[in-house]
Amino acid sequence: MVSGPKTLFDKIWESHLVDQQDDGTCLVYIDRQLIHEITSAQAFDGLRQSGRKARRPEANLCVPDHNVPTTPGRGGTDEIEDDESRIQLEVLEKNAAEFGLPYISINDERQGIVHVIGPEQGFTQPGVTLVCGDSHTATHGAFGALAFGVGTSEVEHVLATQTLIQRPAKNMRITVNGSLPAGCTAKDLVLAIIGKIGTAGGTGHVIEYAGPAIEELSMEGRMTVCNMTIEAGARAGLVAPDEKTFEYLKDRPQCPKGAQWEAAVEHWRTLPSDPGATYDIEVELDVSEIVPQVTWGTSPEDEIGITGEVPDPASVDDANRRSAMERSLEYMDLKPGMKMTDIAVDKVFIGSCTNSRIEDMRAAAEIAKGRKVADSVYAMVVPGSGLVKIQAEEEGLDKIFTEAGFHWREPGCSMCLAMNGDMLHPGERSASTSNRNFEGRQGPGGRTHLVSPMMAAAAAIAGHLADVRDLID
Amino acid sequence: MDKFTKLTAVAAPLPIVNCDTDKIIPARFLKTLTRTGLGKNLFDPLRYDPETGEENPDFVLNKPAYRNAEILVAGHNFGCGSSREHAPWALLDYGIRCVISTGFADIFYNNSPKNGILLIKVSPEELDKLMEGAERGANATMTVDLENQEITNADGEKVSFDVDPFKKHCLLNGLDDIGLTLQKETSIESYEEKQKASEPWLYA
Repeated sequence: MVSGPKTLFDKIWESHLVDQQDDGTCLVYIDRQLIHEITSAQAFDGLRQSGRKARRPEANLCVPDHNVPTTPGRGGTDEIEDDESRIQLEVLEKNAAEFGLPYISINDERQGIVHVIGPEQGFTQPGVTLVCGDSHTATHGAFGALAFGVGTSEVEHVLATQTLIQRPAKNMRITVNGSLPAGCTAKDLVLAIIGKIGTAGGTGHVIEYAGPAIEELSMEGRMTVCNMTIEAGARAGLVAPDEKTFEYLKDRPQCPKGAQWEAAVEHWRTLPSDPGATYDIEVELDVSEIVPQVTWGTSPEDEIGITGEVPDPASVDDANRRSAMERSLEYMDLKPGMKMTDIAVDKVFIGSCTNSRIEDMRAAAEIAKGRKVADSVYAMVVPGSGLVKIQAEEEGLDKIFTEAGFHWREPGCSMCLAMNGDMLHPGERSASTSNRNFEGRQGPGGRTHLVSPMMAAAAAIAGHLADVRDLID
Repeated sequence: MDKFTKLTAVAAPLPIVNCDTDKIIPARFLKTLTRTGLGKNLFDPLRYDPETGEENPDFVLNKPAYRNAEILVAGHNFGCGSSREHAPWALLDYGIRCVISTGFADIFYNNSPKNGILLIKVSPEELDKLMEGAERGANATMTVDLENQEITNADGEKVSFDVDPFKKHCLLNGLDDIGLTLQKETSIESYEEKQKASEPWLYA
């Protein structure tokens, strides 16, 4: 236990300790679990084989997302053509029914990416521990929830015991000063952070994001930042809950109502880090001078401003880093010194748990409005949930996209990880609002440049990576 | 899960930094409903040509000397990226029981021992020596002794390592975490009673 001033992480951690062994191993209570089709079947099998039940079925929420078609008018599970995909969805539905867990089907307007629907439904709340068999569970930290990705064995462990065996993480605080300039978004902010601390910079830590630039962000923006915490190696990101957080959550279906709401908010107000709390690592950066960010390599840390050039490995002293850069450039088929804005793209993907919320749709539509997607580009917009899709359609955003030549799709994870047929072919290049530019991530031999929704729209229109600031009045 | 006690085997060098889970097992192989059968697609993007599907003869595990490797000596931050436990499942299905590196991504670090795979963190200098040992190929095996927390390199030199005592206990005895946790069920119940009183909205 920490004595003296505590961080937000310390408070959540300590209030969830069930048991602590002499060797420092902790048993931590888990309040909430999101479950999807890719990392759960083996967990349910494990329960069956050992004759175990789900300890608190209502503490879980199941929804298919990774492997669902995003084809317009896709129909129900039974209409999915790919056998393995259909079976995986059927198995999730059957498992949810057998163990009594709440389940949202692909026909339901609430269906969407786990990390979009958790907050939408008010399943995500400040101060809770929340896990999911998905590394981008870090997203929910935007609400001041301690949220992290787990493996399938841990999914089973949570189902059976409502706990996890863990060791405490260390505290890291990233203070973001300044105000984001025009053309830059939460995505650019977090790419700049990853570029600064590296893809293993947060290993073993929980990152608390603080400072004026974070406070200014909407809840959507904070989710984008926390979402990519895992790309900096930390399992969880946190933002202190504030009035914006409460306003977002009020009247959400699974949030408390009436007197319970008042009691909950009163509790949530006690969560932010105490003045004087200390951190194992402190990082500061100022974003007021950044330019829109884009990645050139095969790790999210390989980022650069859109006005820059592909870096030269020969200028790097560290041998490991140099060889990694050489391999990245070979895979990406790029030459040192090329201007980033000279890189042509074949596909544009606007979506994923990083950037598929209503604010992302609006930002991309603002750039797309009255313009046309380049003839050489296939561009798709995949809203993060059915509810985002409905809201975007009410605002007429779908019309803006389709008139500009973008494809408007049904919700799911889609081309972020290319499980469902939305993918790059060998050698194809994308501008993508997703979170990972790993080799083969969007399809074998595919090449990914990570950007914000506005930058993705700008690339679709230009036919190459482009500086969105040239399209803003 | 299988116990891990002592292993003498060929060690394959994989000096890639930030070897991510999409390299270890790409998402398109995650449509499976079982933990087995993933070994043939372990390191798929590195092992096979993306267009022809043929083996890439330059990849270490495709070289005759390393086809039976059971130990990997890997670059820093191995296993970064996704939470997919398919990564350790694919390693195990191929026959890898131990990975040695200067650092592992957190979720991969948690997932692996639950499948009987021992992960060992060593210093950069030690990794260099072990990488050299691994580069000797099939004629020079390595021994990993978990009980004594010691690696014997191909040249006979010993490298000691730290291991989380709880993970060591579970690996040595092949123990199932859930069974151990359920022994503490009364503590879980009393935690829930207390939380129900202080934060009733979490139980509505």
